[in-house]
Formats: sequence, structure tokens, C-alpha cells
Amino acid sequence: MLFKEILRISFVALLLIPFLKITWKGPVTVLIILLNILVSTSVAWPCLTGDALETIVQGSYIFGEIPLRLDSLSAWFILTINFTFLTGAWFGWQYMKSYESNPANLSFHYISLIILHTAMLAICVVQHSIAFLIAWEVMALSAFFLVIFEHGKTETIRAGINYLIQSHICILLLTIAFIWVASRTNSYDFQAIHKFSMDFSPLVSLVLFLIFFAGFGIKAGFVPFHTWLPYAHPAAPSHISGMMSGVIIKLGIYGLLRMIFLIHGDYIVMGYVIITVSVISGLYGVMLAIIQHNLKKLLAYHSIENIGIIGIGIGLGTLGMGLHNTTLIYCGFGGGLLHVLNHSLFKSLLFYSAGTVYQATHLLDIDKLGGLVKKMPHSAFLFLLAALAICGLPPFNGFVSEFMIYFGLFSSLKEASTLTLVFSLGSIIGLVLIGGLAVLCFTKAFGTVFLGTPRHQLHEEPGEAHALKLIPQYLVAVMILFIGLVPQFFLHYLIRPIALIADHTTPADTTLTESISAISFAGFVFVGIVLTLFVIRKMVTSSRPVRTDATWGCGYVGNASKMQYTASSFIRTYRKLAEPLLSIHKNKIMVSGVFPTQLEHKTHPYDRIEEKLIDIPLKNIKLFLSKFGFLQSGDLQQYVLNGVLFITAIIVIPLVVKSVEIIISFIEQL
Amino acid sequence: MLSLGLIIMASLFFGGIILRTKSLASGRKGPGVFQPLKDVIRLLKKGAVYSRTTSFIFQVAPTVYFGSIVMAVLLIPFGESNSLLSFKGDFILFAYVLAIGKFFMIISSLDTGSAFEGMGASREALYSLLVEPAFFLILGSFALLTGHTSFHEIFASLHLSSAFSYALATLATFVFVLIAMIENSRLPIDDPKTHLELTMIHEVMILDNSGYDLGLILYATNLKFAMYGALVTNFFIAGMSLPVAILLFIVIQVAFAATAGLIESFLARFRMNHNAQFIFSLSSISLVIFFGVLLILGKFS
Repeated sequence: MLFKEILRISFVALLLIPFLKITWKGPVTVLIILLNILVSTSVAWPCLTGDALETIVQGSYIFGEIPLRLDSLSAWFILTINFTFLTGAWFGWQYMKSYESNPANLSFHYISLIILHTAMLAICVVQHSIAFLIAWEVMALSAFFLVIFEHGKTETIRAGINYLIQSHICILLLTIAFIWVASRTNSYDFQAIHKFSMDFSPLVSLVLFLIFFAGFGIKAGFVPFHTWLPYAHPAAPSHISGMMSGVIIKLGIYGLLRMIFLIHGDYIVMGYVIITVSVISGLYGVMLAIIQHNLKKLLAYHSIENIGIIGIGIGLGTLGMGLHNTTLIYCGFGGGLLHVLNHSLFKSLLFYSAGTVYQATHLLDIDKLGGLVKKMPHSAFLFLLAALAICGLPPFNGFVSEFMIYFGLFSSLKEASTLTLVFSLGSIIGLVLIGGLAVLCFTKAFGTVFLGTPRHQLHEEPGEAHALKLIPQYLVAVMILFIGLVPQFFLHYLIRPIALIADHTTPADTTLTESISAISFAGFVFVGIVLTLFVIRKMVTSSRPVRTDATWGCGYVGNASKMQYTASSFIRTYRKLAEPLLSIHKNKIMVSGVFPTQLEHKTHPYDRIEEKLIDIPLKNIKLFLSKFGFLQSGDLQQYVLNGVLFITAIIVIPLVVKSVEIIISFIEQL
Repeated sequence: MLSLGLIIMASLFFGGIILRTKSLASGRKGPGVFQPLKDVIRLLKKGAVYSRTTSFIFQVAPTVYFGSIVMAVLLIPFGESNSLLSFKGDFILFAYVLAIGKFFMIISSLDTGSAFEGMGASREALYSLLVEPAFFLILGSFALLTGHTSFHEIFASLHLSSAFSYALATLATFVFVLIAMIENSRLPIDDPKTHLELTMIHEVMILDNSGYDLGLILYATNLKFAMYGALVTNFFIAGMSLPVAILLFIVIQVAFAATAGLIESFLARFRMNHNAQFIFSLSSISLVIFFGVLLILGKFS
């Protein structure tokens, strides 16, 4: 394998980048990442449909032999990572142009980006617990440095620290699980996990799986482990948010799938657990996304929602493994894996265009934006395309993966037991509501940011982004349409990874393939119908008189931009309905007196799960620890005394214990 | 092909029958059955006035909306005779393709930068989201009952054998009629006849549309009604001979239109803030259907 080449390229890059001229740092980074992408793709592509590669690297005394395995599951994730890194690095190079005043900071950023890419590729192939954890840690740290690029801002540092702590809880859980396996099997190879689960009872495997699920769940952002996401994404530069949401959190999904592949246990219970957590994640994510005011925070909550959708797929596939149902396996894992790719596409595109909007207006508050479609038509078009895709509307890619999951759910109804029925039905209702809520959310986001008239006086006129910044975005857009219209092509590449996870040798389910081809055909028919109708409209209306005038305002023709619906008013009815479930803090100054002064109505959306699960325990711990505040007096003498007391204590206590024991044994002998 | 022809035919009369029913019920002479159609044709011939605030979205949206409904119609079978496009899971596409039309209508009304239209858009987005689970629950129940996952297979094998299954079909019809009323923004959710922008939903969203686009949107409403009428008909016609089925189709469409007209004549619109609860309660009726199916299949034992 060419893994060493990638390491060498990255290493050279690290030494090179600090010494380059400021304008060259960006292009060189893109070039190096491109080189790494080419090398890794050339290895991974054949593995997607062919056989797995395996090499063993001699590690040091501690590591022993490190197995590197590149199977079709790894290949699928490597290719997904590579595409997003291609567009992300390119977009980042353009995005970072406005930060060129600080070359040192920029070098560090680019270096971290290259390290991140290398670490992520490593995570997909390394199958040795310790080496895996090291790669995981490198990934978490480099992502941390990328997030805190604007470390001058308190908000950013806060978000960064939050992310850092939570990723280390994730690593802690993974370490516990790996050590448990290693202590029983005396091997760090991932195969040991399989052996472990075969040797012990399904209950033990389930516990092991749950630890892994919690660990990888923090990275992926499953509720209730999601709280770092909505802070880290808005704080990071937009290309980093795009890549983070697009691929970094997907490594959690990779880990989850790898564990389902390795752990042999009661798949039905595992499926139920994954489905339950996923449906809650999906619904909770989108419910909170709707009430956000910050565009990037809104997108971050949508990542949680999409992780939920992916999770439903994976849970369904796992259930299929338990029930030995091929259709379920193919629809579930296929839908989940395809949604991994799909989400990495439209979510990165959404973040890129949100970044473009931010750089043009210096605003992320949705309620202050408006009317950008006329100033930035390309960005508006791209955002719209990605919004349609993320809502799962045909003929875009999001629909294909959601269709596969729906298909699996509906076909599972036929032979399901009553308990499975409850889960299937719950997932169907969950998915339907997620889809509907996503439409509400993205009509709000797109409608307020890009449509109408500006709601806020901007200091400078916003303009369209540079063509170089648009090219990577159009690249993503083309992929979105490609998957949406020709999904059969991708289904073909999914068969291997699915068969690998499920340990299935039977060929793919034909009913799904037929339906996917039909969807592709229907997509073209739909595009054809709309285009035909549009041509007819053009022909009919070309000779008709067309006039432009003010928007209808019951006869009022003055400036009505302040009267427009804002994002908050657009979702007011929803907010009223969902308020009991969510935690929204409100500030209101109502009308009072004969001559009312300024009115005010502010809402601060907050996360109820974060409130209950993180803030309250944290407050209690703080309260408990503050009891020991007297120890921290700031007095050097007292600290010396503390130290002396501590040393005395550890010397005296064992002595005392010993002597007490002697006395007791002496008394017993009497 | 048959269903497409029948639905288009029904859509030509649908609005007229509603109008006739309403004028008969209120003791007026009223316009003829073809009046709505004539209105549409008149509008199609007219020029247009566009708001200065609008962008390309506003120009594209009505076409996409209409296209989405045409696409949805293509997916509907007629009893034993298949639809133009039929595959396993086609009803998922049916629901989602309608959603893309709605998405475009919502953003097109936000495109005008009008307070009224934003209000309509907000309501439309929320109500159409709340109505979806009912649709999926019903189709899920029928998929479970028949063991199939496409419109054609479900309807072709939906032989109503016992009184119990008739009850289920009737309940499903009830839910579908209400879904149709909600999707078309009719009473009891929305009153198309109201004169106050603040109390409208669909009408207020299209305040700024004129000429050809408005004509398209108005006709789309009729097409949508006929489409839901055809879906309801499909519950009952499995196993019938074609002439009987077509006769039943006509009867059901006329009865459906007349019901819509009667509801609009004798019922007042609900309070706006109670609409959400009402729509969501449809899902619970669908859940009853689902449990009914479970009873039939004996899953509880």
C-alpha cells in the first residue's frame, strides 16, 4: 500500500509550508492534498469493488505488528473524505485569502489541514487499537486547531475547548473498550474484537457495543452526545465547518459500522438501540435547527438530524442482520452509506455558501439578512440546490438515500413481529416528520437570507464571490445532481461494502435495484416535465405585456422592508407548538402606557438536553468542588504546608494502618 | 394512461361542481360548471405584473409546482390498470414530489418580501408538514395489509372482503378527503373566499402572481383535487370491471366535489391557532387504521 507515500508527502509539506510566500501557502496546500487524494484514491478505488488489501507494518516494541487493512468499507469512506477534502481545501484556500495579514497563523492552519487529512485516511485503514487511538487523537487535535483559527474571539476558544473536552471523552470511552478487549484476548488487532465477541455471551458483546456506540456517537453527534457540534461548527472557518460536518463526524459512523462488522452479538437488540437513538437524534436535531438565529448553528443542528437519518439506515441494516432479511440489510446499510456521501456533499455546500454569505455581509444572523439573491445569484442558486437536496426532495441525492431507507422500512412491515413493527412505524413517522421539518427549516433559511429585501443596513454592498471560490461549489453541485439522477451507478459501488458489513454472500436485492432505476427514470421524467412546461410558458407569455411594480401591500407602496416576514415570525407558530419540548429563553418589553416607547422581543434558543445533562451536573460538581476553595488561598506558605501535610499523610497513614493491624492480630492471639 | 386521462377529465369539472354546489346551497343562481375553467383560460391569455422585489424564483416556482402535481398524477394507477410510472415504493416519490412543488411555492411567496405572503408561507409550511404522517401511516397500513409497496399492487390487491375492511377503507377515505382539503387550502382549514389577507393561507401566498402563472396555480388546485379523488376511488374499485370502475370514479369525484362544496357552505373556518392540532389529529385516525390492520392480521394475538 502507498500509505507510507502519503505520510512522506505530508511530512515534506509540513516542513515546506512555513517557508513559503504567503500567497503560495494556499495553492501548495491544495496541491499537496490533491496529491494525497490521488495516491489514496488510486489504492482505494479498486478495493471498493475488488478484494481487500492487507499489509502488516512492523511497529515499535510497544505496538508490535500493526495491521493495515483496506476493505470496501474503508474505501467508501476514503473516497467520501477525499472528495470533500478536494472541494474543502480549494474553497478554504479562497476563503482564507481575507486572513492573509497573519502568515504564522495561516501556516499553522494549512499544516493542520494536511495533518487532519492524513490522520483521517489513517483511521480508515489502521486496524490496531493503539495506533487507531493515536490516529484518532491526531485527528481530534488537528481539527481542534482548525476550529480555533480565530482564537482571538472568546466564543471561538470556548467552542474549541468544549470540542476538545468532548472529543477526549470520546477517546476515553474508546480506550476503555479497546483495553477491555485487549485484556481478555491479549491482542491489539481489530480481529480480536470479533474473537472477543464470539467467546463471550451476547450480553457482554452488547455492553462492549454500547461502549463503542457511545464513544463513536460523541464524534458522530448522536443525541445526547451532540452538544459540542452546535458550538464548534459556527466557530470554525466555513470550509472547516463544511468538512467537519461533511466528513469528520462521519468517522463516528465509520467506527460504528466497523464495530457492527466486528462485534458478533444480538443484532436485533443492537438494531433497536441504534434506531431509537437515531430517530430521537433526527427529530431533536431538526426541531432545534428551526429555532436557531445563526445560520451556521442552524446547519450544525441539521448535521445532528442527518446523522439521525444515517443512523436509522444503519439500525435498519443491523436489524436485517438479526432477522436474516436481505432486503433490510441492503436498504438499511445502503441507504445509510449513501446518505453518508450525500450528506457530505450537500452539507459542505451549504456551509461553503453560508461562508460566502458571511464574507460578503459579515453577518450570520438570519433575521438581519435578506435579498441576497440579486447580489449573489450563484451563491443563492447553490444554497437552494443544497437545501432541496438536504430536504430529501426529488430529483436530488438526498431523496435517493432517504428513499432506500423508507423502502427498507416499508418492506420490513410485511414479515415483522409486533415489536419490530413498532420500531419500523416509529422510524417511518420519524423520517416523515424530519423531512417535513427540514422543509420548514430550509424554506425559512433560504427565504430569509436570500429572498425579499435586505432587513439590515450593511456597511458595504455585498457582491458575488470570486469564480475560483465558486468552482469547488459547482463541483459539489454537479455531484449532487449526478447522484440524484443516476443513483444506479452508485448503488453498484455500494454492494461490496454492504456485503462486507453484513457478512453476506448473496447478490444484491433486485427489488431495490429496480426501484432505484425507476427513481432515476422518474427523476428524468420530472425534469423533462418541468422543462417542457417552462418552454410552453416561455412561448405563451413571450408576446404578453409584462410590467414590474411594487409588491402588493393593500395599496401601500412605500418602503415595506421592515414589514417583511422575518425568520422568527416565519416559525412563530411552530415555536408555539414546540415550546413545551424545547428550551427557549425570551426577553419581552410589551406595550405600556399611552405613548409606548421601544418594544422588544428576543428569543434565545437553548438546548434542553444540554441544560439537563451537562449544565446541571457541571453546576453540581462546581458547587461540590467550591467547598475545597479554601485550599487555593494564593498563599505560598499555605501551599507548602499543604504539600507537607500531603507527604506526611501518605507516609503516616500506611504506618498507622499497619500498626492497627498488628494490634488487632495481637489482640486476636490473646 | 387511463388514470391520467380520467384525472384530467375530472379536474376540468371539479372546481365547477364545487361552485355549483355552493350556489345551490346558498340559493343563488351562480355561475356555470365551466366558469372556473374559463377563468383559468382567461388568465392564461393575460400579461403579468411582477413585483420589483422578486427574482427568478418567483418566475420558476409556479411551473415547478404545476410540474410536481403532473408528476404525482403520473404515479396514480386506476384499479387494475397500471399508472405510467409504477415501481415499488412509488408512493414515497408521490409524497416527496408534491413536497418539492410546495417548497417552491413557499419560497416564491417569500420572494415578494411581503408581510402577508410570508404569513401564508409560514402556515403552509407548517400545515403541510403536519399532514404528511397521516398519509404515510395510511399507506404503511395498506402496505402491511396487502404485503405490497406500490400504489398499483396495493390497490389491485385491496379486495374488500369483510365489513371490517370496509370500515377501514371508509376511515381512509375520510382521512384522504381531509388531506385533500388541507393540501388544497379549503375549509375547514382555510377559506378561499375570505376577503381578509390575515385569515388566508394559500390565497395570500399567491397575491402577487398574475396572468399565466396564476392561471397555472388555479388549475393546479383542480388537478390536485381530482388526483386525491382518484386515490380515494382506488380504495374501492379493485376487482371491478372497467366500465363499472369508471362509473364509480365519476360518482366518487362528483360526490367528493359536492362534499367539498357542502362543507364550504355549512361550515366555518377553524381558528388559525387550532388548525395545527386538528391536522395532527388526522394522524391519530390513521393510527386507528393501522391498529385495525394489525387486528385483521392477528398481530396482537
